[in-house]
Amino acid sequence: MTALPQSLGRAGRAGGAAGRRVSRRTTQRFALNSIGVIVALVTLFPILWMISSAFKPSTELFSLTPQPIPLHPTLHNFSNVMNGKAAGIGISFWVFARNSVFVTVVTVVLASLVSLLAAVAVARFKFRFRASFLIMLLIVQMLPAQALVIPLFIDFRGIGLLDNLVGLILIYSAQALPLSVWLLRNFVAAVPRDLEEAAAIDGAGPVKVFWRILFPLVAPGLVATSIFSFITAWNEFVFALTFLGTDQAKYTLPIYVQYFFGRGSADWGGIMAASTLYTIPVVVFFLFVQRRMVGGLVAGAVKG
Amino acid sequence: MFIRRHKLAPYLLLLPSLAGIGLVLVWPTIQTALLSFQNFGLGQLSGTLPTQWVGFSNFSTTLADPEFWLSLRITVVFAAVVVVLSLLVGTLVGVLLNHLGRKMATFVSSATLLAWATPVASASVVFYWLFSADGGVVDWGLSKLPSWLGGGPHWAAYNWTTSGALPAYTVLTLLVVWMGFPFIATTVLAGLKTIPAELLEAARVDGASPWRSFRTVTFPLMKPIFLVLLLLSIIWDFGIFTQTYFVTGELGNRDEYNLSLYLYDKAFTMPPSYGLGAALALILTVVLLIVTVGYVRASVRQGAIS
Repeated sequence: MTALPQSLGRAGRAGGAAGRRVSRRTTQRFALNSIGVIVALVTLFPILWMISSAFKPSTELFSLTPQPIPLHPTLHNFSNVMNGKAAGIGISFWVFARNSVFVTVVTVVLASLVSLLAAVAVARFKFRFRASFLIMLLIVQMLPAQALVIPLFIDFRGIGLLDNLVGLILIYSAQALPLSVWLLRNFVAAVPRDLEEAAAIDGAGPVKVFWRILFPLVAPGLVATSIFSFITAWNEFVFALTFLGTDQAKYTLPIYVQYFFGRGSADWGGIMAASTLYTIPVVVFFLFVQRRMVGGLVAGAVKG
Repeated sequence: MFIRRHKLAPYLLLLPSLAGIGLVLVWPTIQTALLSFQNFGLGQLSGTLPTQWVGFSNFSTTLADPEFWLSLRITVVFAAVVVVLSLLVGTLVGVLLNHLGRKMATFVSSATLLAWATPVASASVVFYWLFSADGGVVDWGLSKLPSWLGGGPHWAAYNWTTSGALPAYTVLTLLVVWMGFPFIATTVLAGLKTIPAELLEAARVDGASPWRSFRTVTFPLMKPIFLVLLLLSIIWDFGIFTQTYFVTGELGNRDEYNLSLYLYDKAFTMPPSYGLGAALALILTVVLLIVTVGYVRASVRQGAIS
């Protein structure tokens, strides 16, 4: 970019070759932007099609020439999902939404607190097994859920935690821990020690130093990390599918979508309305914290 | 530090995490290993039958089942294709983002992050609907394409999901790449930003083409990042469950099972055989752990454990 004004200046004076260079740059810019727009549109297409389908009456859903924008938009699909008529489940979407919100919020809070403690240990103390602990985190986060689900199904059946949202919260929190600790320790390490030491000299106890100095300074890091526990809990499918069997009122949103998909596979308007409603909160959340997320994401990926 | 005086402090701080990870991740893995040597069905689950140790019979049953080998082949080929495509698309988009102006880059990266943010269950049903034989927009589009582009009326009402593994996994490849490339693009972009501009400028002055400067300057510097992305992608794409569960019709088509679906079907479809499922889970876990060892080594070499 720095070359541009310079060559513009030269173009003004000499014209000819330099002028062609400028126009080549403009063409290049135009080509790149066009590719960018195409990439964005192709990527957005499934999401836009989902939203558009959710507003279509069934005559248009199965029309021989599908329209990108509904000709006669309707809220019928949404109201069916809201009042529980959809899929004949008889339970409103809001019940499942409440279940998912409950599971997600508790998971995020629990995982954030527990991983913050561990992150302080790792970032602020030298102790035996520190490196082993970090390596263990890298390894356990790779364990596939569909392998863990068999023994945990047997265990949770034994202690009565099937068909129970608390059981899911315990699993999601533990699943979110390795990555949360891994990311948070960098944020804790970035807080200057002098601040804590100064506060300690002024007579503040460890708990006070933690809440008054460390916690506010790590808060942005907690937001970045919480996105991953949010996604874990909001998206999780295997455990919910296996554990939430008989009691439909306990279903989380992905299991509702799955139930709907399995039962009413002809009602695509309803299924698209349900998955649109399921997608919106996470999309809003993402756009809200996008900048922080990219930072956290990269810290996690590039540094390991 | 404020509690450095106490020798036990770090261990106390670690205790809750260790308890959670131990109880929900480590102990079940050990249990899986134990279960894989047992005959464990409904009787053992309800406690009416005693634990029955059966040696390696779950493994020999598995290895003798042609469906296992089919699912393994599907898993390996699918993972290979998806890993290569996501890395390729992700890198290209990452490079593109690096060359776009600020506003355009924000627009494109927001769009791709939306794909990444879409919940897996939503994305899976949406792709199923896009490729549906009845009312799906893809079949409509293909049927309207001129025949020299591979289109034609025979695409109308083409069934992608129950016509065998190849069409179903074509849909799944698009779905998984769609969800996976944004993360790779974002990471590649972050890596590209760390490359000193002087190096690329020097290459340009020396008359290197863009491709040559990518190959000789960018790629060597980015190699550690690519290695980590490669290993992470292998781990993720080898163990895919949710997307395949939806697109292949919720365990409805046995000839479209990947390893995860085969495992889940053995363990939870009536009559359940948790021992057999555990043997498969152990195989899956061991394969992923081998890749993970590479991942941990790459991370340690990058100085991540500091």
